[in-house]
Amino acid sequence: MCGIAGVVRLGPGDGPPRELLLSMVAQLRHRGPDGFGLYRDSWAGLAHARLAIVDLTTGDQPLSDPDGTWWIVFNGEIFNHRALRTELRSRGHRFATSSDTEVIVNAYREWGTDCFARFNGQWAFALWSPSTQELVLSRDPSGICPLFVHEGGGRVRFASEVKALFADPDVSRTFDVDGIQQTFMYWASQAPVTPFSGIEELRPGTYRIYRAGKVEDGVHWAPTYPPTITATPSDLRAATEELAERLQIASRLRITSADVPVGAYLSGGLDSSLTAMLGSDASAGRLETFSLGFEDDGFDERPFQRLVATRLGSRHHEITVSRADIAEVFPEVIFHSERPVLRTAPAPMFLLSRAVRAAGVKAVLTGEGADEILAGYDIFREARIRAFWARRPESTVRPELFDRIYPYLDGMTGRTKRMAQAFWKIGLEDVGRPGFSHGPRWRGAASLRRFYGREFADAAGAADAPGPLDHLPDAFGSWSPLSQAQYLEFTTLLSPYILSSQGDRQLLGNGVEGRFPFLDPDVMALCNSLPAGFKLRSLDEKHLLKQVALDHVPAEILARKKQPYRAPDAVCFLGDERPAYVAEMMRTSTLEAAGVFDPTAVRALVRKLEAQRAEGRGTPSNADNMAFVGILSTQLVHHQFIVGPRAPHAADIRLVVDVEPPDMSQDHR
Amino acid sequence: MDADALRTDLRSFIATNFLFTDDAVADDMSLLESGVIDSTGAMELIGHVEDLLGVTVADEDLVAANFDSIDRIVAFATPHMQ
Repeated sequence: MCGIAGVVRLGPGDGPPRELLLSMVAQLRHRGPDGFGLYRDSWAGLAHARLAIVDLTTGDQPLSDPDGTWWIVFNGEIFNHRALRTELRSRGHRFATSSDTEVIVNAYREWGTDCFARFNGQWAFALWSPSTQELVLSRDPSGICPLFVHEGGGRVRFASEVKALFADPDVSRTFDVDGIQQTFMYWASQAPVTPFSGIEELRPGTYRIYRAGKVEDGVHWAPTYPPTITATPSDLRAATEELAERLQIASRLRITSADVPVGAYLSGGLDSSLTAMLGSDASAGRLETFSLGFEDDGFDERPFQRLVATRLGSRHHEITVSRADIAEVFPEVIFHSERPVLRTAPAPMFLLSRAVRAAGVKAVLTGEGADEILAGYDIFREARIRAFWARRPESTVRPELFDRIYPYLDGMTGRTKRMAQAFWKIGLEDVGRPGFSHGPRWRGAASLRRFYGREFADAAGAADAPGPLDHLPDAFGSWSPLSQAQYLEFTTLLSPYILSSQGDRQLLGNGVEGRFPFLDPDVMALCNSLPAGFKLRSLDEKHLLKQVALDHVPAEILARKKQPYRAPDAVCFLGDERPAYVAEMMRTSTLEAAGVFDPTAVRALVRKLEAQRAEGRGTPSNADNMAFVGILSTQLVHHQFIVGPRAPHAADIRLVVDVEPPDMSQDHR
Repeated sequence: MDADALRTDLRSFIATNFLFTDDAVADDMSLLESGVIDSTGAMELIGHVEDLLGVTVADEDLVAANFDSIDRIVAFATPHMQ
C-alpha cells in the first residue's frame, strides 16, 4: 500500500506551498519507501509515498487521466481492476498504464460515486479536478486503509496518518475529550471522532466531496443483515459450499493481484490457516509464511503454526517475542497507532511485519474479519447466555452455562463463581435493547475512567461523548440479536482497533500491506445474509466456517479450542529492567502536562503492580492490565504528537513524479 | 398450540438445529444420552420451548426429567398450553 496526503484551498488565497506538501509526505515514508510523487496547482497539492506492488513500472503517482481532468493519489488495492478495465475500455475509456489507480479515475468518470460499490478492494484515495476544483475523498467498506481530514484556515487537508496533518504548523495539536472518552469505553475512538481535537477520521464505507463551497457526505457501504430468518439443514450444506467457493476466490484473488510475491500470516488458528490453504495453490512457487511466537507459554501457538506450515509446504519464518521486546518497541508502536490502546497486542504485530519486510516480502494474507462476520468471539456466546439468563434473572442454574465458554470458572468455588457471574448479571434488564451484547465489555473499559484527573473528568462529564448507539441504522432493531452484536463488533472494534491500531498501522509501519480474504465484499455479503444459527450454533462459534475447513485444514487445528490473540501486558513494563521512558511517562509532571490522569491514582496503580510482581503474587488482573497500558499509551500519544517537535522540513525527498501545470487559477467560485 | 403441534415443531427444531439432517429422532429417545444435545444444546432447546409457550422455566423444572426427550417435553409443556 502507500501513503497519501494533500491540501486544497476552499476559497481565495494561495495554493499550498511545495515545502509543506513535501514535509507532510515525508511523515509517511514508512508506508511507501519506493518513491515519492507530487502534484501541485494554484488550488491544490497532492502527495504520494509509494509501496510498489501492482504495475511496478508505470504505477507512479499522482496520476491523471489522459486529458488531465482528474488527478489521483491512492492508497490500497482494487483487486478486480482487470475486469473493470475491460468494461471501461468497452465504454470508450483509454488507459496509459496497467495500474489499478488509473481504473479508479476512469471508473469515477464513468459512474461517479456509484463506482465505489463496484470496487472489490481496500482503499483510501483523493481525486482532484483542477478545472472544476472538486475534491473527492473515499474510503473502503471495512476501514482497512486509513484517511484523516482537517479543515481550517480556508483549507482542507487530508492524509493517511495524523502525523502528516500535524506537519502543517497551522493545524493545532490537542487531545479531544470525546476521543479519549470513547477510548475508555469502546477501546478506540469512533470515526469521525479521533483522539485529537479538530482531526476527523473519514468513516469506513463513506465518501466526501468538496465542490463549489459545499461539502457532501455519502455512504457507499454499511453492514446489513436480513430480519430474523429460519433455515433448513439443506440450506446449511448449500451455504457451506458457497462459502468455500467465495473464500477460495477471495484468497486467490489476493495472491494473484500483485506483481510481487504475497506471503501469509499464520496464527495457528482456523482463519489464517484456511485462507493460506485456499490461496496457496495460486502462489507461483513457494509461499512464504510468517508467525509470532512468545517466550511466555500462555500466549505461544508455535506448534500449531508449524503444523500448518508443514502441510502448506511453505517457507516458514517465525519470530519469538519477549516481554522486553514489547516494552522496547512500544513507543514506536504508538507512534504508528496514533491512538491510545488498552492492550499491547499491536506491538508483536509490528515486530512481525518487520520480519516480513526483512524477508523481502511486501504483502501478506491475514485472517482478520472471520471472527466478526462468522461469529468467532466469546462476546457473542456470552451475549447468548446472558439473554437466556435474562429470562429468569433469579436462576442460579442458567449462569452455570458460563462454565462452557470460560473454563477458568470450572475450578472456582461457589462464592467466587457467584462473584464472576454477578459481573455478567449487570445490565441483564437491558436484554433486547441495542448494545446489550457489549455491555460487560464497555462497562469494564469505562471503569478505567476512575483514573481521570478531576479537571479532565469534569470536562468529560460535561461533554456527553457520542457513541455507536447514537446513530444506529434504521433496520438495526429488526436484526437477530447475533446480527446486532456482529454489527457493533464490526463497526466499533474491527475498524478502529483490529484493522487500524493492530492492523494497517503496524503493517505499514514497516512497509507491508495486509490483504484480508474474509473482508472480500462477496464473502461478507454471503455471511451477513445467513441465519444466526449457521454462524453461532448453540454455543459453537464459527460453526459454518468449521464445516468449510473440514476439507482443508489439519484436524488438530479444527479440534483445538479457540485462543484469542493476546500478548503479555503490564508485566512487560515492570521491574528493574523496564526501559527508562516508562517512569518518565508515568511521572507526576508528565501526567499533569497531558492533563488526563490523576497522578496519585496512577502512582497507586504502579505501586500495586510492582508489589504484586516483586512478591510473585500471580498476574495482574484484566482491569489493571488495561488501565496500565491505556494510561501509558495515552501518555506516549501526548508526548510524541502533542508536545513533540513539529516535523522538520524534508530536504531529502526524491520525487519520481513532480507535476506543476501552468497556472489555471481563474476563480470559478 | 396443542400437544400434536408442539410435537411436530420439536421434531423439526431438533432435526434442523442438532441433527443437521432432514431425519427425525424417535419421540422417546434420550437427547442427552444419545448425544443429540449437551448443556448448550439444552439451553437452545429450552429457550425455544419458552418462546413457543410464552413462559420461562423455573430452576427446579430445569431437569432432564422434563427436557430429555420429545415425549418428556410435551408432557411437561401440556399444562402450560392453552
